[in-house]
Amino acid sequence: MQDVKTFKPKIVAFCCNWCSYAGADLAGTNRLNYPADVKIIRVPCSCRVNPMFILRAFQRGADGVILCGCHPGDCHYTTGNYYARRRMTLLFSMLDYLGIEKERTRVEWVSAAEGAKFAQTMNEFVEAVTKLGENKRLEDLRCKK
Amino acid sequence: MRKLPIDQLSALFQAIAEKEALYIPADDSSGQARFQRWHEGMEMTQALNTVRSAKDFFFPQTENLVDFKLKGKEIEVIDPRTEHEDFVVFGVRGCDARSFTILDKVFLAEPVDTYYKSRREHGTIVSLACTHPEETCFCSTFGIDPAAPEGDARGWIEGDSLYLEALTEKGEKFLAAVADKTSECGDEAVRAQQEKTRDIAKKLPLHELNLTGFNGENMLKLFDSKKWGELSQACLGCGTCTFVCPTCQCYDIRDFNTGSGITRFRCWDSCMYSDFTKMASGNPRLTQLERFRQRFMHKLVYFPANNEGEYGCVGCGRCLAKCPISMNIVKVAKALAEEVR
Amino acid sequence: MQEMMIAKAKELLGSGAVNRVLGWKTGEFVYDITPAVFTSVEELEKDFVYNDFCGNNLSKYLIKESRKEGKILAFLKPCDTYSFNQLLKEHRILRDNVYVVGVPCEGKTDGETLKAKGVKGILGIRTEGDSFVVDTLYGEKTLAKADALPERCLSCKSKKHMVYDELLGPEGEVLDSHRFDMVEKIEKMTPDERFEFWRGELSRCIRCNACRNVCPACSCEKCVFDNDASGIAQKAAADSFEENMFHIIRAFHVAGRCTDCGECSRVCPQNIPLHLLNRKFIKDIDTFYGEYQAGEDTTTRAPLTNYDPGDVEPSIVYGKGGKK
Repeated sequence: MQDVKTFKPKIVAFCCNWCSYAGADLAGTNRLNYPADVKIIRVPCSCRVNPMFILRAFQRGADGVILCGCHPGDCHYTTGNYYARRRMTLLFSMLDYLGIEKERTRVEWVSAAEGAKFAQTMNEFVEAVTKLGENKRLEDLRCKK
Repeated sequence: MRKLPIDQLSALFQAIAEKEALYIPADDSSGQARFQRWHEGMEMTQALNTVRSAKDFFFPQTENLVDFKLKGKEIEVIDPRTEHEDFVVFGVRGCDARSFTILDKVFLAEPVDTYYKSRREHGTIVSLACTHPEETCFCSTFGIDPAAPEGDARGWIEGDSLYLEALTEKGEKFLAAVADKTSECGDEAVRAQQEKTRDIAKKLPLHELNLTGFNGENMLKLFDSKKWGELSQACLGCGTCTFVCPTCQCYDIRDFNTGSGITRFRCWDSCMYSDFTKMASGNPRLTQLERFRQRFMHKLVYFPANNEGEYGCVGCGRCLAKCPISMNIVKVAKALAEEVR
Repeated sequence: MQEMMIAKAKELLGSGAVNRVLGWKTGEFVYDITPAVFTSVEELEKDFVYNDFCGNNLSKYLIKESRKEGKILAFLKPCDTYSFNQLLKEHRILRDNVYVVGVPCEGKTDGETLKAKGVKGILGIRTEGDSFVVDTLYGEKTLAKADALPERCLSCKSKKHMVYDELLGPEGEVLDSHRFDMVEKIEKMTPDERFEFWRGELSRCIRCNACRNVCPACSCEKCVFDNDASGIAQKAAADSFEENMFHIIRAFHVAGRCTDCGECSRVCPQNIPLHLLNRKFIKDIDTFYGEYQAGEDTTTRAPLTNYDPGDVEPSIVYGKGGKK
């Protein structure tokens, strides 16, 4: 494991276009701090995120992957995040079953008005992943050459 | 012929492993036999043969061919090969030992495959005679004697001794290196065991399998046979038969984008797959019937037609044991026999 | 039973009710049985077989067969009827073109399972009460039937047929199986132990795709792993990551649709216990979203195409599973 002090995790955040991406935007306009290592990928809805996206992010070098969407009940497409919730619950449980650190994945509901929550969530998540260190169990060595 | 008390086997392995890498068939955590690098305490398996064949040593399932790195407008080409160490594979059965001859015909013919050749040069094969063949064995069809396997050196385990004999220069070198562990002896015990094994081999249910007529002359007759439809009907199109086969040698070359460059690797491919030999115009074999036919035509007709009658099969029986729907080369050969006789 | 089945097949072929019969065909040995379509009485009499080795799930073949001309008679074991129902639910089988005859199953063994019990050189086999007497090249060997069955039959979930037009023999019951015991055992391990366990298993994968190709739930026309344009097509696992990815994604794609027929583990040439991945999803679905058995019916919504506003949050996973 790398030195916790110098290790900066790479984080991929999938944010839904309608709530969480706007929430991230608000965090920016409000000049709230969150680590620059968080790379945001905008998706039309949290349910657009296929389990493959999560695994591919890890393959390509991510140390943590977080999915942000509208609060349950507030989905722009009415029900998308309900499906995403089931999928991610099962996927995370499977990763845990395979012995891969479950703390590397997270789902958080962030609305367009919750800039502060977005920044706080990211800070917490980065801290948690920093503690875990580099992703070793779901890495592709070829991508680290 | 040299001899060694069987309880000294570990000491022999130790002596070999001190000089070069040693691989033996051993059971893994799931109880399956596979070739593994020997370390102290590892014992040989009781199984007749390993699940995967020994071809991995010379033709691994995946292998990096070349790396490309991008630096501005320059592309750097990197040969990822490192110098191979010498290694010994101990306990190869007669069928697998023959398979190397078949693979050599493909990879050592011009243009020589240097990746394969380098591994081949560094490896010493010590084969081991069978004593308890299975019902799925039919190596005798290809003129292989399970009681006298090929290889650089060969061995027999009889009673409480291991008998060893060199067949090639590499084999002589191997035996010389362990000469202090072994003693000179006669071959009576080995001969007795051989006779016993050959008697059992004659009782094997597939002993009589006959491939007369499977040759280049009957190519079209066999190709156009109406039987292929029925034979391939249940085929799932998986690659099990191909990947457990000691003589299947088809591969694909692919590029993997690592984010900072390209890794070009080759990996085993199977003619049973829907994207095998896919070209810009699509796949030349549209249904499973054609793919299935390709595999068996290659082994039983095309390969012998191009290689002085040598079939692309050694009768190890792995595909018979492993096919999910139990369709295999023996059933195919028997069904097609009437077309050519 | 075999005679009854042949008689039934002959009757239906003779009357013209069906023009083909889907069943099992004998091989070289007692155990190497191949699924086959029979079209004539002669073929049936010559090769049709139904015995303790007819383990193949025939339902997947009906995706193609039901789209051919005429009606086909399919003999389905209880396990197979679950898959059949699930495929009906997904509109993959044309029900009108299949005449289903349910046949009983007392568990199916196979050559590999017998060999794992130390039987070598199998020449023949006969049943004597609760045991198999195996005739081998090296003498006779007797095995208790219960010992000679693969895991999937020892933890059989049901001997009841979920769908049929006609039933041969008595109907069985849904059983109280212990099929989640091993999943629970793995859940109780530490994450490190789990990781070691699965690396040990999945690292043996040779990517022959037998698990995928035999799976009745894997019925995509083109698998994402075969699709060059997908960016993740793999012919071999060139890195351990790809082994994990293939099996996670495959298990996920059949989650909520897998009937737990166990074919994946049966066909794996490397004996990887793939059913343990599928059963994990089944167990989680049961726990989180209520009991659900895929293939039990053809009308309800599958767990992953359904939701409830009060569903648990993914964070429930953090509080679960094993010692730290």
